[in-house]
Amino acid sequence: MTNFKTSRYNETISLGDGIVKKSLLCLSLVAVCLLGVVYFGSVVKVDDAIQLEEDVTPDGIVIGFSQLGAESDWRTANTESMKAAFSEENGYELFFDDGQQKQENQIMAIRKFILQEVDYILLAPVKETGWETVLQEAKDAGIPVIIVDRMVDVADESLYVSWVGSDFELEGAKACEWLNTYTKVKNIPPEEIHIVNIQGTIGASAQIGRTASLETAARKNGWNLLAMKSGEYTQAKAREVMGSFLRKYDNINVVYCENDNEAFGAIEAIESAGRKVGSDIQNGEIMILSFDTTKAGLTDTLNGKIALDTECNPLLGPRVESMIQKIENGETIEKKVYVEENIFSTDKSVKMISIGNTGYPVTIITQDILDSRTY
Amino acid sequence: MSSSNQSKRKKITDSNLLLTITIVVFFLMYIGAILFQGKGFLKPQTFFNILNANAALLILSCGMSLVMITGGIDISVGGVTALVSMCCAVYLDFHDGNVLGAVAIALAIGLAFGIVQGFLVAYLDIQPFIVSLAGMFFARGMTTIVNTNPFNVANPEFVAMKDTRIVVPGMGSINKLGKYVNAYVEIGVIVAILVVIVLFIILKWTRLGRYFYAVGGNSQSALMLGINVKRTKFLSHLICSFLAGIGGFVYFMHVGSGAASHAMGAEMNAIASSIIGGTMLTGGVGNIIGTFFGVLSLSTIQNIVSSAGLDQAWWTGITIAAMLCLFLVVQSVVMTRKNKK
Repeated sequence: MTNFKTSRYNETISLGDGIVKKSLLCLSLVAVCLLGVVYFGSVVKVDDAIQLEEDVTPDGIVIGFSQLGAESDWRTANTESMKAAFSEENGYELFFDDGQQKQENQIMAIRKFILQEVDYILLAPVKETGWETVLQEAKDAGIPVIIVDRMVDVADESLYVSWVGSDFELEGAKACEWLNTYTKVKNIPPEEIHIVNIQGTIGASAQIGRTASLETAARKNGWNLLAMKSGEYTQAKAREVMGSFLRKYDNINVVYCENDNEAFGAIEAIESAGRKVGSDIQNGEIMILSFDTTKAGLTDTLNGKIALDTECNPLLGPRVESMIQKIENGETIEKKVYVEENIFSTDKSVKMISIGNTGYPVTIITQDILDSRTY
Repeated sequence: MSSSNQSKRKKITDSNLLLTITIVVFFLMYIGAILFQGKGFLKPQTFFNILNANAALLILSCGMSLVMITGGIDISVGGVTALVSMCCAVYLDFHDGNVLGAVAIALAIGLAFGIVQGFLVAYLDIQPFIVSLAGMFFARGMTTIVNTNPFNVANPEFVAMKDTRIVVPGMGSINKLGKYVNAYVEIGVIVAILVVIVLFIILKWTRLGRYFYAVGGNSQSALMLGINVKRTKFLSHLICSFLAGIGGFVYFMHVGSGAASHAMGAEMNAIASSIIGGTMLTGGVGNIIGTFFGVLSLSTIQNIVSSAGLDQAWWTGITIAAMLCLFLVVQSVVMTRKNKK
């Protein structure tokens, strides 16, 4: 510290020096401690005789569930369903991890589950790609992985045991087929259908499936698909997107929202622009098609704001639980398991739609159905 | 001279107190995690996973500490990280780039931000907060302009580097199948440790390092001592942004994708880590070892909270808030004691 000749300033400068000197000492101390703790850990693991571990290891089946986040009502219902299915009363211990919409958090969570030696890993992936490495790690550790809700895009299908979720393309196809049947019943020519699509988070399975179905149907039926933009599954973003659509196009009469929260945002934007939402598009109303059928979504369906709400069943817990029981009993399970889903509307003019050779009845929404919804 | 010596000793104790608290808190937390969450935390790999996931944050925090020691702040580092990830991802995947080129892009972006922000702060005397706020918005905006949709990089050369694992000898553990698995760290961790060491050396043994403390402690006095205050401030911002470029690449190497939402809030985590590590927002006090433990503490909390099955993300926030509060109170007590002298 000879650079500074004035002793008065010497103390200011030396301050940092002091910390550094002491911190070196601390660092070496800490390094020793850390090595100690860590080494103790590995030694103990080998001895396999630590009291601690017996205290924290439960008798039941240990499940690690990496949920992608808590962005919507649907997601919350999905989480609750899992927690209820894998409760302690049912003989499970559930490690729950919220990925907060980040793939790296989810990868970290899976690595953590592997280290915790859970019996099963459940993964609700935030997006489809980029899972090979970590799923391989789980496989190498002998932990079966069940994919929930969205799909993973991996070349080697043996990386996961099974996938449970919704058929998003079928959901989209149902909504489009309903619109097609509705316009035929009401004698609306297809070229007068002007649709905007508020998409989900780009790259999510639900977005890919639902958007694809709409594009196919628009081409097939000759609808005018004006624009597509992501509302990121949130009310706020969808409101913004719908606002800009309304400023840009004055002939919109159908809004295809890829989840309920986006529908709420779209409704807000339409109403604040002085337009009316409803299924009477011949008289200037704007029709909302939505997905998910959360309680709030069905409430808007009952009061006619959402013309059609296509169910996307979040209550996957019991389904996954029964699959795990099957695996435990040594039974084989299917690679892809779809859950059953309905479509809800207040409009009675369409009673049944058919896709391929399968007919799907339209459920007319009532207060009773609404009251029985738990999410 | 004796009184000066005494007061010097006193200050060392105070500053050291902050560092000691950080380290003690970290160890208490880790031991607590082992006791209450068992198994997972007992394995060394859990610790290395924390390092792997936070190597980038560590680099960003080192830069942040340096700027804070010099009396400034830089909230653009998260944005720069996202921009670097996106540019490298686009270069590697859409333009068939090679990894070296991507590294060059990352460093160039960091340097560019450093030069512009450093110039505005040091020579035009604009508030660092405002300058880096603008930098943050610019970086986030540019990220979306470069490419809107998130995507994973498939470039084989890059993927090989991303999946490279450096085995840590003697730290492995036995997995569920009874197989011995080596413990590993990613390349990013090595880079981060190197950054910590280099910055530690700069701050301790070089004249420039002492200048940083001097300018941050009292820029008037530093000026009277003949230190080039403007140049020192400029350099602190330059180094910080340059580190953000490196950190951005390390982050990119960890996640392997480009997305506009990458490293959201990373600048705030970096500031929080620095503060937990004993760096003062007022400048002149702080050290890199503290920052290192600040980052570890912060990420261990996140790990504990997410393992504890508290499904609400705000639990992490609340715990970090409580820790920050504790450290700020301790710091203000230290400051008051110092001022009484």
